[in-house]
Amino acid sequence: MADKADIIYKLDHVTKVYEGTPRVVALDDISITINRGDIYGIIGMSGAGKSTLVRTLNRLEEVTDGTVFFEGKNLKELRGAELRKARQSAGMIFQGFNLLNQKTVEKNIEVALKIAGVPKGKRAEIIGRMLKIVGLEEKRNAYPSQLSGGQKQRVAIARALATDPKVILCDEATSALDPGITSEILELLKKINKELNVTIIMITHEMSVVEAICDRVAVIDGGKLAEEGAVRDIFVNPKSDAARRLVYPEHTGLGLFDGQGRKCVRLVFNGVEAKEPIIAKLASSKGIEVSILSANTKSVGGIGFGQMIIALPEDEEKGHIATEYFKELGVFGEEVEAWQD
Amino acid sequence: MAGLGWDFIWKGFLQTMEMVIISTVFAYLIGLPLGVILSVTKKGNLCENRLVYNILAVIVNISRSIPFLIFLVVLIPFTRLIVGTSIGTEATIVPLTMGAIPIVARMVEASLEEVGHGIVEAALAMGADKWQVITQFILPEAVPSLIQGAAINFVTILGYSAMAGFIGGGGLGNIAYQHGYIRYKTDVLFITVAILVVIVWVGQELGLKIAKKSRH
Ligand SMILES: Nc1ncnc2c1ncn2[C@@H]1O[C@H](COP(=O)(O)OP(=O)(O)OP(=O)(O)O)[C@@H](O)[C@H]1O
Ligand SMILES: [Mg+2]
Repeated sequence: MADKADIIYKLDHVTKVYEGTPRVVALDDISITINRGDIYGIIGMSGAGKSTLVRTLNRLEEVTDGTVFFEGKNLKELRGAELRKARQSAGMIFQGFNLLNQKTVEKNIEVALKIAGVPKGKRAEIIGRMLKIVGLEEKRNAYPSQLSGGQKQRVAIARALATDPKVILCDEATSALDPGITSEILELLKKINKELNVTIIMITHEMSVVEAICDRVAVIDGGKLAEEGAVRDIFVNPKSDAARRLVYPEHTGLGLFDGQGRKCVRLVFNGVEAKEPIIAKLASSKGIEVSILSANTKSVGGIGFGQMIIALPEDEEKGHIATEYFKELGVFGEEVEAWQD
Repeated sequence: MAGLGWDFIWKGFLQTMEMVIISTVFAYLIGLPLGVILSVTKKGNLCENRLVYNILAVIVNISRSIPFLIFLVVLIPFTRLIVGTSIGTEATIVPLTMGAIPIVARMVEASLEEVGHGIVEAALAMGADKWQVITQFILPEAVPSLIQGAAINFVTILGYSAMAGFIGGGGLGNIAYQHGYIRYKTDVLFITVAILVVIVWVGQELGLKIAKKSRH
């Protein structure tokens, strides 16, 4: 078993140019590898090229240059029926759900099965099983207009899952949903990933989504790959400006504090650590007080994530002790300098 | 009623219905596929094809901008060729159908345009081929709008049929003109007009109701 078997997608110098006025380079020389079984995030600001990128993964978008390999096959070389077959192994869900509004939940799922050539007699059972997975059994005969946004996305997931795909491509699948429902959908996707071993590719502009469920993430900025790696690594130590902009809490206004000559550090912690009164403990056990410049904790998918920007004491010795203390706890992110939007 | 019986009016009513219904059906047989082709070949759509779209669009636009009365006259030789005569109910079906085709095509095109691009995207992502995208996704999604359009087209064709009555077509329009207008039988004129109004009203309401009921 070589590594190759574990790679589901390999993008090799993928470039996409929209000719026209203005000429847009939507993807600029992107090379990434996506492992089977991962939840892979693709994050970037609006217009970064995320949708374009995900659409090259099932060739809804033709690449201008470079190659997309899906399970070792060059997508560009697939013709007609072969391409359609490959697309059936890659379910897709969208921000706007894209359900057939004139058809019931059941019929919406059935149409996917029909296209995949599943015989009529087998469809009802599969539909039932899919609805059970997404928890919508009682909505089988409802129309999309009778469903909430979260429920619609569940139907879309059931539809994408019905043909037993290897991967599910999600383009901003939770962006139209409120935070509570977002968590539910993310949990569902995580469950599908774990239990059915379906690779999931999540396009998003929200770091919280990536933190919640992704294993790895690619940061896209202006069509270029800014950074790629394990989510934890990028969250703790973002190297590119694009990643920093996404990782740092909004409007921290660090530049203001830098003027006071204090050293600032960013603390990053996961759910368990976040609950511990780290700052209070530092004060009680070491007698060192630090001031919190910004704190931002959020719960995504039931797991708390957070970060804090704190200013260290001016005393260098004390500052050092505090830094060591944070490092020991594994929450030390990095020293941050004057940085503004 | 001035020498004209109800059975005469009834016959006119049946002729009108025959003309309008058959013409509507024929117009849809050709106009529906034409509208589908117009819609899918349009820029940015499923089977984008500039040449096909432009040629069809020009034909449809020109034939739609010719006043129907002119159309009727111009088509007389063509009608003779097909039906053998240019007067009577059967003969009227030809210009009615021809006049309605471009109207139907545009109406169908507009209905299909209402179906969001996201649906097409989802269909393609599922691995549907173009024929499946059209028949399993776009058309079913457009059904309520298509029904609504059909109701409107039915009324338009009914109006045309009355016009056709003036130059030898059968039906209520012919009765209204020949007997009501030329021979000053105001009661005939009123009754035929009233019946036409009722058909328009019923057709419109029924169509809209079915469209509304079918929309989820
Ligand atoms: N069909 C197209 N023709 C021309 N330019 C396009 C087309 N589609 C996308 N673009 C451009 O390509 C760039 C990337 O677009 P894309 O939709 O991939 O961004 P995105 O990261 O998904 O943004 P968002 O978060 O707003 O969805 C943008 O500058 C966009 O204007
Ligand atoms: Mg997008």
